[in-house]
Amino acid sequence: MPRLSAETGVILPPGQPLLDRAVPAGFPSPAADYFEVRLSLDEYLVDHREATFFVRVSGNSMTGFGIYDGDLLVVDRALDPADRSIVVAVVDGEFVVKQLCRLPDGVLLRSGAPGHRDILVGEGQELQVWGVVRWSIHKL
Amino acid sequence: MTFALVDGNNFYVSCERVFDPRLNGRPVVVLSNNDGCVVSRSDEAKALGVKMGAPWFQLRDLARRHGIVALSSNYALYADMSNRMMAVLATFSPLQEIYSIDECFLGLDGIVGKDRYEYGQAIRRQVRQWLGLPVCVGIGTTKTLAKLANHCAKKRLAGSDGVCDFTMLPTEALSGLFSTIPVGEVWGVGPRLARQLTEIGIPSVEALRRADTAMLRARFSVVLERIQRELNEIPCLALEEAAPNKQQIISSRSFGRYVTELAALREAVASHVAIAAEKLRAQASCAGMVQVSIRTNPHNPNAPQYQGALAVPLSTPSDDTLRLTRAALWALERIYRSGFAYQKAGVALLELSPAAALPQDLFAAARDNTRLMQAMDRINAIWGRGTLRSAATGRGNASWQMKRERLSPGYTTRWDQLPLVRACGKSAALATNFSTSSELTGCPGFIQRGGVWLLSRSVG
Repeated sequence: MPRLSAETGVILPPGQPLLDRAVPAGFPSPAADYFEVRLSLDEYLVDHREATFFVRVSGNSMTGFGIYDGDLLVVDRALDPADRSIVVAVVDGEFVVKQLCRLPDGVLLRSGAPGHRDILVGEGQELQVWGVVRWSIHKL
Repeated sequence: MTFALVDGNNFYVSCERVFDPRLNGRPVVVLSNNDGCVVSRSDEAKALGVKMGAPWFQLRDLARRHGIVALSSNYALYADMSNRMMAVLATFSPLQEIYSIDECFLGLDGIVGKDRYEYGQAIRRQVRQWLGLPVCVGIGTTKTLAKLANHCAKKRLAGSDGVCDFTMLPTEALSGLFSTIPVGEVWGVGPRLARQLTEIGIPSVEALRRADTAMLRARFSVVLERIQRELNEIPCLALEEAAPNKQQIISSRSFGRYVTELAALREAVASHVAIAAEKLRAQASCAGMVQVSIRTNPHNPNAPQYQGALAVPLSTPSDDTLRLTRAALWALERIYRSGFAYQKAGVALLELSPAAALPQDLFAAARDNTRLMQAMDRINAIWGRGTLRSAATGRGNASWQMKRERLSPGYTTRWDQLPLVRACGKSAALATNFSTSSELTGCPGFIQRGGVWLLSRSVG
């Protein structure tokens, strides 16, 4: 049985799905009013576009926090580091990823895996928090 | 009116330092195309007496003695950091004129009240924290004064913390300060003009402010007169928020080594056309004329010298890389002479007109590959310049290409060149296992200073 399309009044051959037909010229698409921009991971992962940088992880001392060798980290420099933040820090001129733990009198950079050392940043040493890690992107 | 001029300190070197902290505290220079001359210096390099524009080969001895690190210009990195910086600065004022890769003017009227100094500090803190870049802020009632205030902030002439607000200084203090600044530091006064002014008894900014205006106009130019007015707080220069379209577009560069063959010159010229035509389309213009120039090294007196240039008019203005390339190569073949060691080739697109304003030409549309050009620009914007290019530009890595032997990674533009962060723990020489916090007494406090989170008492 031929079917009648409700919108256009065109008679369609049997078995043809209604929505697969091209919309006739001059007739507005019913979907046009519902158009939205496609989802973007960038939008989901990045809060501060200008202050966000990507870095690559080397090593396995942070596996307890879900950060593995070769992972991509999304680092937001606009955020102030809080106690227990995972941060990229500069220690003795080198980038490290650690958990920042504020102690009553100082700061401890904690590793997240057994057998790996924590770093106590003591007097005379310089610690610079480069940015706060928001996401770790891990390939399965 | 009140303007702020925000300017990145040692911008190229600072960009490199953000992603390679080992460069902090060391003398660092960034070199120009082909690793020729110094175009950016860290404070440590300046302190060693390294001059702007100094040829690198003359510095090798000094560099070895003092451990100066030299890097090739990483334009992709600087452009990205510049875009980020300008976007951050745009949040501080809706009135922004981007003046160069590392400086912009901001209009401050109606945005900030009397506490402009604190506003300048807020700008500094945010750019420092978000991007890791140090900037200085100069504030004045004209653009020329804002520029001069920035100079004072950089040189620590008035205050020592990166912001200089002339509007807060009493008149006498300002006069005193200006009489210590050489006239050559004024925006728009070049070295030659500075020499001439000094010779007739105008050695300082203050002297220029007080000089006879009619004399300045008669002996020099209205431009200098305008500069003097601006120094006296009479605004002559408005904020230009939209950069005017360029009247000509030039792409030229020295080769990595000398080139003698026509084939290599053709590739170089075609590559320059591609770069220039992309800029041409970006500003929606067409070129009416293509000029090609080639030359040997004029500083090499022992080699035979030649330079040639030829401009070719097009029958109709065009923005088509392929058409412009054909014209340029036609010109090149006419100026090329064999037997010379060429050092440089360049292409200039001239007689630019807005693409939209062109008279309709029945044949031009058929000749121009408009859609191909659009596709090419889009592909190259995504995958990098030169991904899609005309065969005339060659296959890359040719002898004429730039020498960039000290190039740092594309930290922010290449997935395979991201900064590495260690999760090993072994990097810390003083690493220890602490089980209780009681062992940690005596550590200094954790503070934010100038937009940087630091744990150290020695850092300023």
